[in-house]
Amino acid sequence: MMRIDCPHCGPRAQAEFGYERTLDSIVTIDMPADEAVARLYARTNPRGLDDELWRHGFGCRQWIVLRRNRVTHEIVGVTAFDPAIHL
Amino acid sequence: MTRYSAFALLKAGLTGQRGWDRAWRDPEPKPHYDVIVIGGGGHGLATAYYLAKVHSIRNVAVLEKGWIGGGNTGRNTTIVRSNYRLPALHSLFDFALGLWEGMSDELNYNVMFSPRGALFLGHSDADMTALAQRGDALCCDGIAAELLTAGQVHALVPLLDMSPDARFPIHGGLIQRRGGTARHDAVAWGYARAADGLGVDIIQNCEVTGITQSGGRVTGVETSRGNIGAGRVGICVAGNSGPVAGLAGIRLPIEAQTLQAFVTEAVKPMIDTVIMSQSLHCYISQSDKGGIVLGGDPDQFPSYAQRGLPPRIERAAAEAIALVPALSRLRMVRCWAGTTDMSFDGSPIISPLPVDGLYLNGGWCYGGFKATPGSGFVYAHLLATGAAHPLAAPFGLDRFAAGATIDEAGVGFMPQLR
Amino acid sequence: MSGPGRIGGGEGATLRFTFDGVPLRARPGDTLAAALLASGIGLVARSFKYHRPRGIMAAGVEEPNALVTVGEGGRTEPNTRATDLFVYDGLVARSQNRWPSLRLDLGAINGLAAPFLAAGFYYKTFFGPPARWMLYERLIRRAAGLGKAPIEADPDRYEHRAAFCDVLVVGGGPAGLAAAAAAEGRVMLVEQDRILGGNIFASPPFVPSAVEGPAARGAPGVSTSRDTNGDGVAGLPSNVRVLTRTTATGVWDHGFVTLAQRLVEPGEAPLPGQPVQRLWHVRARRIILATGAIERPLTFAGNDRPGVMLSQAVRSYIGRFGVLPGRRVVIATNNDDAYHTAEAIAAAGGAVVAILDSRDTTPETRFPVFARAVAVATRGRRYHLAAVEAEIDGVRRRFDADLLAMSGGFTPVVHLHSQAGGKLDWRADIQAFVPGVSPQAITSVGAVAGEVPPIAAASAHLPDPKHSFVDFQNDVTAADIDLAWAEGYRSVEHLKRYTTLGMATDQGKTSNMAALSRLAGAAGIDIPQAGLTTFRAPFTPVTLGTLAGADGGGHAAPRRRLALHDRHQALAPIWQPLGYWHRPRAYPLAGETLHDAAIREARAVRTTAGIVDVSTLAKFAVSGPDAAAFLELVCATGVAKLGVGRGRYTFMLREDGMVADDGTVWRLDEARWLLTSSTGGADRMEAHLSYVHRVLAPQLRVSVVAQQEHLAGIALAGPLAADILAGLTGEIPPSHMGLAEATIAGVKILILAASYSGERAFEVYAPGFEAGPVWDALDRATRARGGFPYGLEALEYLRIEKGHIVIGAEADGRTTPHDLRLERMLRKAGGYVGAQALGRPALSAPDRMQLVGLEAAEAIPEGAMLIAATGAPVEGHVSSAAGRVLGEGGIALGLLSGGRARIGARLIASSPVRGRHVAVTVTDPLFYDPEGARYRD
Repeated sequence: MMRIDCPHCGPRAQAEFGYERTLDSIVTIDMPADEAVARLYARTNPRGLDDELWRHGFGCRQWIVLRRNRVTHEIVGVTAFDPAIHL
Repeated sequence: MTRYSAFALLKAGLTGQRGWDRAWRDPEPKPHYDVIVIGGGGHGLATAYYLAKVHSIRNVAVLEKGWIGGGNTGRNTTIVRSNYRLPALHSLFDFALGLWEGMSDELNYNVMFSPRGALFLGHSDADMTALAQRGDALCCDGIAAELLTAGQVHALVPLLDMSPDARFPIHGGLIQRRGGTARHDAVAWGYARAADGLGVDIIQNCEVTGITQSGGRVTGVETSRGNIGAGRVGICVAGNSGPVAGLAGIRLPIEAQTLQAFVTEAVKPMIDTVIMSQSLHCYISQSDKGGIVLGGDPDQFPSYAQRGLPPRIERAAAEAIALVPALSRLRMVRCWAGTTDMSFDGSPIISPLPVDGLYLNGGWCYGGFKATPGSGFVYAHLLATGAAHPLAAPFGLDRFAAGATIDEAGVGFMPQLR
Repeated sequence: MSGPGRIGGGEGATLRFTFDGVPLRARPGDTLAAALLASGIGLVARSFKYHRPRGIMAAGVEEPNALVTVGEGGRTEPNTRATDLFVYDGLVARSQNRWPSLRLDLGAINGLAAPFLAAGFYYKTFFGPPARWMLYERLIRRAAGLGKAPIEADPDRYEHRAAFCDVLVVGGGPAGLAAAAAAEGRVMLVEQDRILGGNIFASPPFVPSAVEGPAARGAPGVSTSRDTNGDGVAGLPSNVRVLTRTTATGVWDHGFVTLAQRLVEPGEAPLPGQPVQRLWHVRARRIILATGAIERPLTFAGNDRPGVMLSQAVRSYIGRFGVLPGRRVVIATNNDDAYHTAEAIAAAGGAVVAILDSRDTTPETRFPVFARAVAVATRGRRYHLAAVEAEIDGVRRRFDADLLAMSGGFTPVVHLHSQAGGKLDWRADIQAFVPGVSPQAITSVGAVAGEVPPIAAASAHLPDPKHSFVDFQNDVTAADIDLAWAEGYRSVEHLKRYTTLGMATDQGKTSNMAALSRLAGAAGIDIPQAGLTTFRAPFTPVTLGTLAGADGGGHAAPRRRLALHDRHQALAPIWQPLGYWHRPRAYPLAGETLHDAAIREARAVRTTAGIVDVSTLAKFAVSGPDAAAFLELVCATGVAKLGVGRGRYTFMLREDGMVADDGTVWRLDEARWLLTSSTGGADRMEAHLSYVHRVLAPQLRVSVVAQQEHLAGIALAGPLAADILAGLTGEIPPSHMGLAEATIAGVKILILAASYSGERAFEVYAPGFEAGPVWDALDRATRARGGFPYGLEALEYLRIEKGHIVIGAEADGRTTPHDLRLERMLRKAGGYVGAQALGRPALSAPDRMQLVGLEAAEAIPEGAMLIAATGAPVEGHVSSAAGRVLGEGGIALGLLSGGRARIGARLIASSPVRGRHVAVTVTDPLFYDPEGARYRD
């Protein structure tokens, strides 16, 4: 049960959050079809750090980005989702 | 390879257990093999066996980074069944079920395959209709399944809470009598011994750290025990498909997720059938040693930690007690977890990869164990001939880009919704 | 006199209990094991495989042998360690795994077959068809298992609690007490025993007590069923919260720790209303592990006999419980600690006949001591130890004894450190793993950190491996380990799984190191090279009831109730679950079946009117200058051109192009919209809308408010509906697909003129807490015109006649808009979620599963497969089925391969599991009022 430091709410238990997808899999509406399909169906899925989009569903209900190690569950960084940075 | 038999056991008992061979050798890797199978789990070992047995390809190595069977083969809840709704799935799994039925004799290793029945419970009329649809799909494709009334379910599992105001009332069920359980470790060991006996090299403590290519064609692998050349390389590491495919620069529609399970202390027989639910992600069975084996929802976020969240265990315990109240005073003695290879339509990927001579068998989500012999058989076919076995043909990697996904749950590409 | 017994007299033994029906007495504070030993009882159990007689080996949770069943009825707890159970008045305990009795157990025959039952024997035989294996398996399963689970319902309660602290100290022995006293902030101290102090009874200097119980000896902290603050407890300050009878079962991510707390003993009745066990979820900033070390048995033939015990356990029985486990004692050791046991035995009136020390040199002692001496075998009489065979410098010698106290060294309890991802370091001087670097804020103090006596490494020489037990509970011997090695099961995990070593309820607490030692010896490597198996939660077993907490049984899943629940309940409906919701399926009148009621209700809708509760639909208030643009991202149909006061049907795609949900969209105002969608998809839609807004299109000026639970909805449908509504609101109702605001019974309502049933209809929305009078008014007015309330069953019949798809049935997550005949509603310019994936080639294959209608002379089984003839391949299935509301025969919707081009085809709807096969004809999926004339007034 990770402890996630929500930028809006502070440290909260993982049970309040839901994983959505990796940042690099987000498909914007204006993307060409080939690129969109490729992004939907390809992941690096690393044994290590990845940037993930999560939602604080049982809290502020906002979207946050976790930079997290998938083996140790160490969370290296948490930021509020910002398209200027994350897309 | 000493043949196992009751007579051999008798002889061994009388002579102080002397005379048993090593079940499999511990060879040094050769410089080159016709086929390298990366991954020494049940699927990889079965693949090597069928390469040797069916296709007479014996210059094969299985490379396992740890100890064979140490991945999901050693962590699952040992359920074997083929009662999937979609034809492509139930055909492949039923082919596997046929192989399960003869496996102990084929391998001369008792894998304890026990067709004690795989029962799906229905908790509402809607559940029963869904189970009937599944049963109809199976029966029309020649796979036996029976719809059971509440009374018939109760006769099979007397300890179920049958009261009408139970939180999950029992309306009936769908049973596949040919389904059941098997001893998971024995499957790995049985295939390993048989493959080794046919000349396959099983190389443990050998981690693949690179996949070498030349001109768009695979040439071999780099490992913690040196470089090994290969004509063909078959990746078979469900739970690690992403990182291993990544060694060849390939990204897959797979995400790793944790699935937990737990077992209670051993008690005298109380549950004879494998119990699952149409609407709950809860499953219950009793092992031959007497422990009740339980599982529940996956941990719905990417992880390789092989360690999950306590709430999943607690929820599985709550649902199990709601179904079988007698479980309340039994004690969980151990919980563990595996890393499932969650494909983006819930179905396996048995396919060539974009590098010539490189193949993938993965994406089994949480259904891999029951498919073990079938997976090995069709993957061996692919590795031997370069062409898909008819039963594996629907499971190519290209189906995602083409839109021909096989999505039993109908939830799409997000593994956490599965 | 020989065998175990209470030191001094039997005073103070005020608790009554029974063991196998024999009434006995115990002192308050006794464990069951202590009380049994005090009563002279050494034989307590029969081992799992060979049914060997077993006694009590340890004094703590590491006990592998003395498992009993305690309690009665629904409180029965099998497999309870007698050393981890405090006697309460009325305790009923029974031995396990024996028949007909403990002394005369027919299972002992297995012992004769032992040479043939070596590790893994079952993998080498029982071949043949699976059915034959299952015959053998039935016998194996009956022989397996130790205790028997209760059948009766568990009458007791369990609870979960959360806590946060700055420092969590696990273990209330000397090191833990010191750490807790020194820690700052909010401190929690948990101890699995009933008292604090740990092994002080086993540590020198000790004072034997013949008469006084532990309380009189100034034992620190007695806290049984409550957590207490530190004040007065072992001199701990008030910032320390002490929980006894509480085991830290697991350490998870980021300082999350689960604790299992016993409020009563196994099988004991709680106070009224009190839970019996409590599971804690603790988040700790820092964790200090003071979990101590477990003493190791020695490996020799007959080391499992009653009368063979761990050395510190002997001291614990003497010092804490006033029980002397034997009168003539041999001590076997490889370290200095056991010499204190000799002192304790002598002070308690026992005789130490020999100390067998495996080391070359021994400490000074007044007792007979032998260097380079090991126990090699035991002899028994009447199920108890009678003599010890020793090898001293290679020479055999025999000592008569009724107690053998053994000490093979101490294994630090590193489980929690390891679970949390911590590394382990090897200490050759104590031949044990100690905690190394941890990725979390976890430190270890005391014995667990390696503060235990140094030992000499064990020699591999074992004269009789076949009877030298390593895992006592699973009857795994040294010979089994040798066999596994010989057969190539050489990694420690293979060894464990092949022999089942370490897989019993004690999870290898007293066997892991001995096994590793033998494995390393066979491999010719050092123990640390051999590796370790994974440490897993729980540290000691936890009941499923405790894990479930208050969520067991009836609370295992929430129930969501409609705002109008009581109104429905008064009509005695048949309830139908959908996810967690419970909604009325039909309101049968006296003597009506479900089908009768549904047909009556549906006919009322077709001929007069009816009302149905549609509150569970997802509803979203979407407003702002960019609301239309936002809705056009989410919805695949045209939206923006909708005029104020109008609505239309819409559907939404998943990013992969499949139809994910459908509903309606309404323009209440220039910049105020309402979106409705399916009940089942409500939670996912809420998240999806948020995703589209915040992640994909944050520049849009729009606000989305989910209103599923806030607004109750009632649909009024039928040819008389407009009239009924006008009568209640006093206004002309909106035209089909129009909307209006009005008032009914003084309550402000929103009217959306949508029709799911195919008749003229109005969905009436009001805030849930105000909707009661609205329902009452609609109900009265409808009945007055000959109509009825209707439920989901009738609604199904009505919508199937109109060919309206349902999410989950026709839209099963695998169908595209084209499959469902909705492609003409798609916006050609795209720009909606899912558009990009629709172009994938397989999505326009002509043989895809496509929506069709089906009709037949009789009812069509829902879910049946569609085939051309018996034995022919499956070509589709029946997704929704009903009878005609105002006619005869069956109709259905289905998905058929290439269905759009097969109107008129004759097929069979085949349901082998229900024994029904119905001839059907493929039609357009629309059976009623194709022109839509019913919507016009």
